[in-house]
Amino acid sequence: MAHSIKEWRDKSVCVVTSDGRIILGELVGHDQVQNLILNDAKERVFTEGSAPEMVELGLYVIRGDNVCMIADYDQNAWTEDAVPPLPPIQQHENI
Amino acid sequence: MIFLSFFKTLVGKEIAVELKNDVVLTGTLHSVDQYLNVKLMNVQIINPEKYPQLTALQNCFVRGSVVRYIQIPPEHVDTELLQDAARKENAPASAASSSAN
Repeated sequence: MAHSIKEWRDKSVCVVTSDGRIILGELVGHDQVQNLILNDAKERVFTEGSAPEMVELGLYVIRGDNVCMIADYDQNAWTEDAVPPLPPIQQHENI
Repeated sequence: MIFLSFFKTLVGKEIAVELKNDVVLTGTLHSVDQYLNVKLMNVQIINPEKYPQLTALQNCFVRGSVVRYIQIPPEHVDTELLQDAARKENAPASAASSSAN
């Protein structure tokens, strides 16, 4: 249900987007189509050949279409290995 | 609606969800909604060597639009019941089309 995101309100969440990016932030707002507002957002950037980096994004709004997963996470369980980014979801554009 | 009801019978069971980017997650089904968005508890990534980026995830909401497959343990599915329900759901439409012929 849409309520299943509600329990993460004001908590730190990890959002995986359909282009394979991983964005962490405090969930301050959401709606029934998973449009999200993240406060203090950071992107965890994975690059093949160098260790993951954190990039500060600030206040971020993500349109629901682009959301793949929303999850809570164990802060200490992130990999520090140099791994490539997640593959994107192939989707056809509905324009 | 039939699939929503069907997935609701699987709440609390261990399922595997394959996403359109080939990532497979397993976890306990916590909830499902009309869009077949699913929420999984205690998620484990299948093939963590290939997708180490996701090992930190715990409880996970997956948007229905990015799901390719949901794998369910066969012992939790009553195929007879499912087929019956599917037949019933389609009965009025097929009756209408046959009377039109």
